[in-house]
Amino acid sequence: MSSLEKRLAAEKRFKFYGMFAMTLSLFFVLILMYKIFSTGSGAFVRTTINADVYFDPNFIEVSSNSSKKEIMKASYVDLADQVINQNHPGLDEENFIKVREMYTRKFDYQLRDYIVNNPNVIGKTVNLDISASSDLDQIVKGNYPRNVPEAQRKINDYQLSILDSLDSKGKMSKTFNFWFFTNGDSRDPETAGILGALMGSFYALLICFSFAFPIGLLASVYLEEFVKPGKITDIIEVNINNLAAVPSIVYGLLGLGMLIGVFGMPYQVPLVGGLVLGFMTLPTIIIASRASLRGVPPSIREGALAVGATKMQTVFHHVIPLSLPGTLTGTIIGMAQALGETAPLLLVGMVAFVMEIPGGAFDPATGLPSQIYLWSESAERGFLEKTSAGIMLLLSFLIIMNTVAVLVRRKLEVKW
Amino acid sequence: MLYLSLVFVFILSYSFYFYGKKRALSLKFKKNENLSSLPDYYGYYVVLLVFFPAIIIWFFLLIFKSNFQEMFVMSPVLFPDVATWSSGKFGLIMNKISNLSMIVNLSEIDLTVGDKSILKMASESEIIAAKNLANFDKIYGWSNLTLFIILPVLLGFLATKSISGKLNAQPIVEKIISYVIKGSSYIAIFITFGIFFSLVFEAINFFRYVNFMDFFFNTAWNPNRAFVINASEGFDQEALKEAFGFVPLLTGTLLIASVAMLVAVPLGLLTAIYLAEYASSKVRDIAKPIIEILAGIPTVVYGFFAALSLAPFIKDVGEGVGLPVSAESALAAGLAMGVMIIPFVSSLSDDVIKAVPQSLREGSYAIGATKSETIKKVILPAALAGIMGSFLLAISRAIGETMIVVMAASLRANLTFNPLEPATTITTQIVTSLIGDVEFDNPKTLVAFALGLTLFVMTLILNIAAITIVKKYREKYE
Repeated sequence: MSSLEKRLAAEKRFKFYGMFAMTLSLFFVLILMYKIFSTGSGAFVRTTINADVYFDPNFIEVSSNSSKKEIMKASYVDLADQVINQNHPGLDEENFIKVREMYTRKFDYQLRDYIVNNPNVIGKTVNLDISASSDLDQIVKGNYPRNVPEAQRKINDYQLSILDSLDSKGKMSKTFNFWFFTNGDSRDPETAGILGALMGSFYALLICFSFAFPIGLLASVYLEEFVKPGKITDIIEVNINNLAAVPSIVYGLLGLGMLIGVFGMPYQVPLVGGLVLGFMTLPTIIIASRASLRGVPPSIREGALAVGATKMQTVFHHVIPLSLPGTLTGTIIGMAQALGETAPLLLVGMVAFVMEIPGGAFDPATGLPSQIYLWSESAERGFLEKTSAGIMLLLSFLIIMNTVAVLVRRKLEVKW
Repeated sequence: MLYLSLVFVFILSYSFYFYGKKRALSLKFKKNENLSSLPDYYGYYVVLLVFFPAIIIWFFLLIFKSNFQEMFVMSPVLFPDVATWSSGKFGLIMNKISNLSMIVNLSEIDLTVGDKSILKMASESEIIAAKNLANFDKIYGWSNLTLFIILPVLLGFLATKSISGKLNAQPIVEKIISYVIKGSSYIAIFITFGIFFSLVFEAINFFRYVNFMDFFFNTAWNPNRAFVINASEGFDQEALKEAFGFVPLLTGTLLIASVAMLVAVPLGLLTAIYLAEYASSKVRDIAKPIIEILAGIPTVVYGFFAALSLAPFIKDVGEGVGLPVSAESALAAGLAMGVMIIPFVSSLSDDVIKAVPQSLREGSYAIGATKSETIKKVILPAALAGIMGSFLLAISRAIGETMIVVMAASLRANLTFNPLEPATTITTQIVTSLIGDVEFDNPKTLVAFALGLTLFVMTLILNIAAITIVKKYREKYE
């Protein structure tokens, strides 16, 4: 081979390396998405068992004219047991327990909720879809293998035979799992939902926005429009650049050490989580806002000053409105980052098991990413699905926010 | 209630704008006074005097709500000797009262079973305190609401009353606003100080328990030993000596970060070269945003991926070829982290390569070099400083990354350089020492701040170095 041929071959090889590296990077994005979507899609579907439910007045402590509060407080465990006996006649005690395990542990709550909504049902028979337990759900979805020895299965042979007979009678069905969107966290995968975490993240982001946006905007206005270059501005400038690169976990330590330790703010609440996220987002907003202020041409300022506006009027009436799209874009991107941030939430305690849906920034809560972390740590297969579904939800929020940011920039930005 | 009062502050401030403006206009047209400023500014003047005091007080009451709660419940009227209590006793009683407050108002509770004993054991003043606590939110909310209706209205009328033709509102308004924006930019400095002091302060507390040298040079990390407490002398000094050795955490962090860099540097750099020099603008426009998605994915997702798919996969492959691979190997965490930081390397390197002047390329082509020779011998050396800067930023990212290692790396410290073995990192240990009970008087909690300070200093040095290098490089070609 001549030297030119060698060199050209080297050229081709090098180009191939580059292309290979790029394709591999793109491939990583694909594989990550594929993995998440293939494991998570199951969480949106729930296996149910169709059963005739006779709301036997003998087993219900309340009557149809009881108040809602009384209905809520009464126990329906006996009724649930009775329903199982009716639908699976002739069970001995041992087999009864096995069959009971096939239904969700929150069976009685499901019956209660039905009575609350339809108080006249007492004494009548209704055909209901009862949620299956998570283990049964996983078997039906094919996530647990059936053809392994009984000891390695969560569902034993007897339960499998019941399942098959139910299946052949057409009693098994799948419904959309709206519980995932309306419930708080739960120990049972089949009833665990993401709404509590979603609201926690919502309140935290609300606090984050109301802290970081006004302060970020005003700080950038000060640095860009008012101050003369000097030592203090240099310090602020270096400071902001460094703050943007501080690892998020250090902000978590700040929240724990200062907000909780020194100021005595409560643990586990979105208020502290939101403030910490706000500290983190502030540099992003300042940097974006300064860039967009710099983009407003000096002629705008000079024009305003020439007709007699004061400096303050120039800035607030002319410069800021023109730079706002850029600032908003930066803010939305910063908020999207804050939404996905987990480590600071872990440190300020927003990672506990919280069943109630938080009603405000002062209620104990988890955030969306910390809920994902919590679920990913549990061993049950049912939670694996929830984790992936939670990630899908989180990613779709991020995609929405980033799309909004791009749209804001495209629609509102003024080209000079 | 707290939110409602905030809404009131906003509504009242907004309406006072019109009230102030109206007053100024009526001065002008009904009393024929000459106004020193435009009528709008009298409106702004009133708004500022209403809004800022109210909002500052509102924040103050919000942030110190729990302190007020404590003062309200533990009043000296109920507990005459409260001032002499130790913090431990105070906490215990407070805990008891808050438990009591859950049941004390439930009239339907059957006092003959279970609960009665708790109520019986409590003293009378404790039950009153519990009742107070149960009602606190309501009382606090209502008093807050009342305050934030009365306060802005009072301020608003006072401010409106002070309006006269001689009052030059515009400079006053502008002065107030200029202080506000100045204050906003100082908040960035306060945050840095806050970070620094909260880290340093707690780290100093930590070094009261643990010798400085023991921390930085010991090779054993067993924080659970800090629970060995002698009743008479407090913490067992000998146990503490061996409990917090920083070295294995540092090696673990560096090990995982190196694996990550081994993935990210070649992939990121080659991608950047391909995108900057070879790819058509169409490919570039599509591929660049997609690769940048990798940086936007929350790290908890990578952690989940590493722990769920990557680690078992590596373990299976390793066992297939007869290598013992741990289920929490540094390799899995490092690989996931490497994928995450690809865009940090590729984006910045891409910018830097594009900034190399076209004349250098043309000069190289003119003497007959191929494209790859030009890239290797001319462009990369010219862009080297900037590329190094991007590497440093990526390393700093890798060292500070938390969720991937918390989920995929080991919790047990292991002094090793073998990526197939488990290793732990600084960030993992910060999280593990702070999940669960947080006690600011135990070295097991305080060590998190010492670790955080070390991490902060490490990343700060890397960042400053990176920024300086990139800046110098930019100046060279501008």
